[in-house]
Amino acid sequence: MTVVAMQVNGKQVSADVEPRTLLVHFIRENLQLTGTHVGCDTSQCGACVVHVDGKAVKSCTILAVQAAGAKVRTIEGLADGDRLHPLQAAFKEHHGLQCGFCTPGMIMTAADMLRRIPKPDETAIRHELEGNFCRCTGYHNIVKAIKAASEVM
Amino acid sequence: MSSAIIKPNGIGAAAPRKEDYRFITGNGHYTDDINRPGQAYASFVRSPHAHATIDAIDFTDALAAPGVLAVLTGKDVAADGLGGLICGWLVHSKDGSPMKTGAHPILALSHVRYVGDHVAVVIAETAAQAKDAAELVNVSYGELPSVTAVAEARNPAAPQVHPEAPRNTCFEWELGDKAATEAAFKTAARIISLDIANNRLIPNAMEPRAAIGEYDKGTGIYTLHTTSQNPHVARLVLSAFVGVAPENKLRVIAPDVGGGFGSKIFIYSEETVCVWASKKAGRPVKWVADRSESFVSDAHGRDHQTHAELALDANGKMLALRVKTIANLGAYLQLFSASVPTYLYATLLSGQYDLPAIYCEVDGVLTHTAPVDAYRGAGRPEATYVVERLVETAAREIGMDPAEFRRRNFIRKFPHQTPVIMAYDVGDYEASLNEACRLIDYANFPVRKREAEARGMRRGIGFSAYIEACGIAPSAAVGSLGAGVGLWESAEVRVNPTGSVEVLTGAHSHGQGHETTFAQLVSDRLGIPIENVEIVHGDTDKVQFGMGTYGSRSGAVGMSAIQLALDKIITKARKIAAHVLEAGEGDIVFEDGRFTVAGTDRGMAFAELALQAYMGHKFPTSEIEPGLKETSFYDPTNFTFPAGCHIAEVEIDPGTGTVRVVKFVAVDDFGNIINPMIVEGQVHGGVAQGIGQALLENAVYDPQTGQLLSGSFMDYCMPRADDLPSFDVGVTVTPAPSNPLGVKGCGEAGAIGSPPAIINAITDALGIRDIAMPVTPERAWRAANGL
Repeated sequence: MTVVAMQVNGKQVSADVEPRTLLVHFIRENLQLTGTHVGCDTSQCGACVVHVDGKAVKSCTILAVQAAGAKVRTIEGLADGDRLHPLQAAFKEHHGLQCGFCTPGMIMTAADMLRRIPKPDETAIRHELEGNFCRCTGYHNIVKAIKAASEVM
Repeated sequence: MSSAIIKPNGIGAAAPRKEDYRFITGNGHYTDDINRPGQAYASFVRSPHAHATIDAIDFTDALAAPGVLAVLTGKDVAADGLGGLICGWLVHSKDGSPMKTGAHPILALSHVRYVGDHVAVVIAETAAQAKDAAELVNVSYGELPSVTAVAEARNPAAPQVHPEAPRNTCFEWELGDKAATEAAFKTAARIISLDIANNRLIPNAMEPRAAIGEYDKGTGIYTLHTTSQNPHVARLVLSAFVGVAPENKLRVIAPDVGGGFGSKIFIYSEETVCVWASKKAGRPVKWVADRSESFVSDAHGRDHQTHAELALDANGKMLALRVKTIANLGAYLQLFSASVPTYLYATLLSGQYDLPAIYCEVDGVLTHTAPVDAYRGAGRPEATYVVERLVETAAREIGMDPAEFRRRNFIRKFPHQTPVIMAYDVGDYEASLNEACRLIDYANFPVRKREAEARGMRRGIGFSAYIEACGIAPSAAVGSLGAGVGLWESAEVRVNPTGSVEVLTGAHSHGQGHETTFAQLVSDRLGIPIENVEIVHGDTDKVQFGMGTYGSRSGAVGMSAIQLALDKIITKARKIAAHVLEAGEGDIVFEDGRFTVAGTDRGMAFAELALQAYMGHKFPTSEIEPGLKETSFYDPTNFTFPAGCHIAEVEIDPGTGTVRVVKFVAVDDFGNIINPMIVEGQVHGGVAQGIGQALLENAVYDPQTGQLLSGSFMDYCMPRADDLPSFDVGVTVTPAPSNPLGVKGCGEAGAIGSPPAIINAITDALGIRDIAMPVTPERAWRAANGL
């Protein structure tokens, strides 16, 4: 076992975990932040995307110990108190989610995308989403929501 | 019923979804997000072989591994006298004999019959310990040859899946009038035939299946949290057939469920084991599928081989259709396995066309593969693919415009009795075809094609005029066809004393947005804000019974039940209002959430009425019971028949074989629409899955070893955002006459209509007769280059 400490959603956290613990399991099980999901075991689906030091990372792909000392943001920490992040608001307004399972990863990926590419066109958005699967929406409204959010951010 | 004026958040409004907030903020409650005190974890030992005997299981090392609480095998299941998993639909062969298959044990006893079959379960303190220990279970297998391909299953030399089903034949079923069809073919001026494969698919809802079983020693009550589309059916199967607990001692909760697409209808081994093992281990038992487990053990979809022939007269009028299909059922029958390639398939072979004679034979075969069952569309995509590929091919071969050929053969008078059971009640197929042609600008396609050619690209256009049967289903009708249950739906409307409302529904929402659309109906009818309506579903302790959500049934059947319960609420409320307002019942008008005495200013709001109903001070409770709660069990009078026209345009790069869908138009007639935003979303998702089938997705078993080669997202190509275009979605409306809301259902149409549109576009672009799905770049490149 090893003690791992990091900042998650602005709060300092630490836990004693097996060294093989993935960041996603640390977040879900040790911190009980279950908004971050596990949809595959091959780092394809993107349901587990969080921000590590400001960058989108598939949290199933790194060990918790690799994130020691980092600043991590999960979907639970994206809104500003009761004020939704523009991407969250846009996903709701444009029906960018159905079952909701891919949504946290999708929104966190999109937040990183808009940080790097503030005004992406449809082609760029679709390309940037290549690491996130959605089985419900056909991506149509996800693309629309990200575009809409980019226009108000 | 359609409201002339759309009320805010009422029927027809694009109301924002009530369920969204929890999902966009990470506050959903999916099964894996739930943890029970003292919970242990299950990991399954699965067969690495497609077919083998189990000679011995040595779990000494596993039992001694850190944290392990128990290792259970098929012998323990048998010792406890549990039954096996069941198929809920009995199909008969044409000789009258019932379908043949072997038992489906929860954990394999003597044989394993597909890669991923369940052999043993390890229960441990942590998930990692359970997985580690599962690796230590030493199973001695006697490896046997296997058969996985539908075309090979009935070879006399093929290995047998079950001794009860000789030549791996579960059933040889037929539908339609053979003699009339043969006679029509004899008079045909032209016969068009095609050999068609419908590729095998893996549903891949983004949330993997999961379960937590829990046993309360004090009360003897079991609780199962599980990823189910139909928790009441799960409870019924687990109690009445598996016998794991009496129905009154088993509570099944399906909380937030991350997509289903049919794959979460069935009652699988894993959740059954979690319930059973929770008592044996004395601890709640949780299991969450790895995606690799989902690939091998979730029910797969499609996998048909078909030979189809269409007979035409000299004027291009369809005379008859003859279809012979072999359907792969996998190693065991799941809940709907027998009905999907029979009654949900052949009954739709008339398509949108006036076809005087149809004869269809379906042979269901068993193979050493994962069970095949309902996947989005379930039988209807297969039927549509046969009909629309054949129709497009016929149009080309007789030199007629494919739109014109369809127009010439459309059914135009309703009701229309097809030769294959279904009685279409209403529709306007030409309206959706015309609207789709307008949206895609069909007239100017030749210009776009020439422009693409100038860029070195081959551009093609393809039609698909689909029909499906939804609103599943009238109980007596499905009963006569072999269903083991009725397919009604229930609703309970509870009005609280403050005038807010809870609706308990037997439907289950796992992405469809019922919490919004069902609330829109209530808000519209009772004239109360949508915020005051709560939709309760997915818990057998709260909802008395229900059949669940699949087959695009929840609007037509589930909402109709709510509608009827609301009728009863309003009827009773009127009686109470008459007493409170001291007027005759006939003088009470209920409008916009207010009860008034006609021609006066005397009245009361719905919330005031609700309070009066519970106080019981102002009406005779000997005549009218206090309270305001009503129930309805609604059984539809017919299927509904959503229909529409999809048109795809593709561009193919002959240098690389890359197929790009450049335009996709879907015009659907879903009858009345409750929430157009949600309906469009359903179409988008369905079309994406259909394009996935046509271009990307394929479940492949190795013919020698029976290994699933496409067993991860690295091998099974899921549609990504940049594989798809934005879609152009339109509607036409003919309200369904068979239910009080006039709705038809929209969940599956996209997946049903789109694959033939894509393949018709590709064959048009390349000037070829046929190409197999999925059209990978390699296949397209070969075809484009005549290889």
